Amino acid sequence: MSSQATRQPLRAALATPESAAAKVVAAPEVISGRDRDLAAAAPYLADWEAFRRELPETPETRVTPESPETSETPETSETPEISALRQAAIRRFAALGFPTTRQEEWRYTNLAPLARAAFRRADGLLDPADRLGPGAVARWTFDAAATLVFVDGRFAPELSTGAGRGGREGQLPPGVMVASLAGVLAREPQRVTPYLGRHTSFQDEPFVALNTAFLHDGAVVMLPRGAVLERPIHLLYLSTPFPVPPGRRSRHASAGAGAPGVAAVPAARATVSYPRNLIVAGEGSQVTVVETYAGEGAYFSCGVTELIAGPGAAVDHYKVQRESREAYHLATLQVYGERASVISSHSISLGGGLVRNDVNALLDGEGIDCILNGLYLADGRQLVDNHMRVEHAKPHCASHELYKGILDGKARTVFNGLIHVHPGAQKTDAKQSNRNLLLSADAIANSNPRLEIFADDVRCTHGSTVGQLDADAVFYLRSRGIGEAAARSLLTYAFASDIVARIKVEAVRHDLEEYLFARLPQGEVVRQAV
Amino acid sequence: MLQIKNLHAAVEGKEILRGIDLDVKTGEVHALMGPNGSGKSTLARVLAGQDSYEVTAGEVLYDGKDLLAMEPEERAREGVFMAFQYPVEIPGVSNTYFLKAALNAVRKHRGLPDLDAVDFLKLVRQKMKLVQMEESLLNRPVNEGFSGGEKKRNEIFHMAVLEPRLAVLDETDSGLDIDALRIVAAGVETLRQPDRAFLLITHYQRLLNYIVPDRVHVMVDGRIVRSGGKELALELEEKGYAWLESLARLAPGVAAAAEPSPAVSVPAAGA
Repeated sequence: MSSQATRQPLRAALATPESAAAKVVAAPEVISGRDRDLAAAAPYLADWEAFRRELPETPETRVTPESPETSETPETSETPEISALRQAAIRRFAALGFPTTRQEEWRYTNLAPLARAAFRRADGLLDPADRLGPGAVARWTFDAAATLVFVDGRFAPELSTGAGRGGREGQLPPGVMVASLAGVLAREPQRVTPYLGRHTSFQDEPFVALNTAFLHDGAVVMLPRGAVLERPIHLLYLSTPFPVPPGRRSRHASAGAGAPGVAAVPAARATVSYPRNLIVAGEGSQVTVVETYAGEGAYFSCGVTELIAGPGAAVDHYKVQRESREAYHLATLQVYGERASVISSHSISLGGGLVRNDVNALLDGEGIDCILNGLYLADGRQLVDNHMRVEHAKPHCASHELYKGILDGKARTVFNGLIHVHPGAQKTDAKQSNRNLLLSADAIANSNPRLEIFADDVRCTHGSTVGQLDADAVFYLRSRGIGEAAARSLLTYAFASDIVARIKVEAVRHDLEEYLFARLPQGEVVRQAV
Repeated sequence: MLQIKNLHAAVEGKEILRGIDLDVKTGEVHALMGPNGSGKSTLARVLAGQDSYEVTAGEVLYDGKDLLAMEPEERAREGVFMAFQYPVEIPGVSNTYFLKAALNAVRKHRGLPDLDAVDFLKLVRQKMKLVQMEESLLNRPVNEGFSGGEKKRNEIFHMAVLEPRLAVLDETDSGLDIDALRIVAAGVETLRQPDRAFLLITHYQRLLNYIVPDRVHVMVDGRIVRSGGKELALELEEKGYAWLESLARLAPGVAAAAEPSPAVSVPAAGA
């Protein structure tokens, strides 16, 4: 795969660990002390030291690729490449600390509550099934080629279906791999080391650095040339509350109060998980990946997904963020497109207390078609921050972004979108649009679309709107007999409907519709009407 | 059916309606004419319940009930329909679904069960023929990308489906070519029934070539200055609004008295 040399300190890291470390140390510090919160980083650094001690020092024995995927154990083999990547990342995180609102990229997103919380990794002493309530998985699943379930960031094979290597059990096409990252790292790390961190820079991104430092589990989806998956791959990330509510401890509780699994769980300890997904679509392959994030109680989900679309590949990516209202969700999707690939990203952000979605795309071949859709709903005191960065590195690429937000209560949202057209990226066709609907006087939408253009023969447009429901439209509906609340609900639904309609996975679209009907004050009227 | 008594209304502190008296009986078609800025459309909007207009005096009775006390949706459910001069585009809400929600809201108010999908579609198809509307417009978002004529036809189509008792058509004829005007007029004529009344608001006489009104009223500067039979419209066409405007400027009520005509009568006070 070809690669642009603009933003990738990690490529050096993969080649020679020492030089990578040196590069990190030598990197120019542009962040002043006032702009970062180093104290907030300390608990994570301590947690990392503990985490590192749990990892095997060197890869001694590797399970052969023939061993069944479903019986994998979380025995991790650390290759020198991964080890170097991890260390470079934690150093960088230590230097960056938590960003404060003095940093432009975090101006409207105050992380002070997260900094005070000091989440730690889940200790993994309870079985995932015991940590989840009944039906917790079933309510999220749908017909998929494979469903990989992760509980507090760890792969739960007993809750998952369809994972494995194609061609043996006949479920997946030959050569297709859908597996847990922990399993792949343990058995055949060479499959993923060429890609991990390759296009996802943590130089300026503290939470990408943090995720990379704790990189351990997540999903690996790899398609060889020409492979086509008709049904989607579903990655379901569930976070559980601590302490575990009574009644959820059935298996261990029956063993008595002294059962190790229960006694070892501290009374109140909120956890952080570091989902890390790698999607590599080979030349001409086609795949749809749906990531769902949900949970209960307070926790911190710090994820990174790397999506690499090979030449002519068609990849549809969906992220459905339905975290609990007490949760922090800070995650990055890094897209790398090669020539003539067709990529779509749909970010549906509905839950969470403090949410930051970063979507970055590097269009690094000619003729790429990249669509980035987003819908975010925020009410109460939710804060939802969407950061987009689309880099047109080669000519004749199209990128079309449409993000829509619906705000109520005292919600705050941020849209910060950058289209960067590199020198020579002629005939770029880039559109960026952010529209916000305010349903209350106390909600605030910040919108900042930006263009940086270093080529002269391009067509780039951007725009943003922040407005309320059209009073004339409300009146029009009412004058036909539709009540005011129903009219407002209908128009609110209508505002979101074009993003909803663009969702090609029927189950995801249906779930979103149902969610909207439930959340809108007169959702039943809307359901009848649409 | 509709009694308007000494109605005064203002927008942003400026008085637009300065004492309107009008009596529309069941089964009648009234035409309200007048120059731009005379307050015709304001009257329509006040009747429909748009809250940007403040009623400062007077009353409006609909079937003896206080119309002004009702919310806009209540008025619609009670059988008042307004065809908008500028129908609003509503992206994301399909024309059919919108109509279904509206019809069911009206039916519910009348104690009728919701129409099921089959019956609704049957009704819709039948009413579409009235206004010769293309079926493709049904599944498009309400008015989005419709031509001016299609929007007006869509209003008449909505009216046909909702079957109001009192229909106020606010300049439905403006911006229509002659073919569209004929279709709209034919739609209205079809719906003209003994138990239904119409108030047609128009700037031009030409609509009245197709819909013959029972009464014609002329509004100037926030007042009805002349009322009469269908001949009044023709007289206006001939003499122009300047005729009445100049008279209206002299003093309230003078216009009718200054130039008496057998075809024209002053509206009876408190009618």
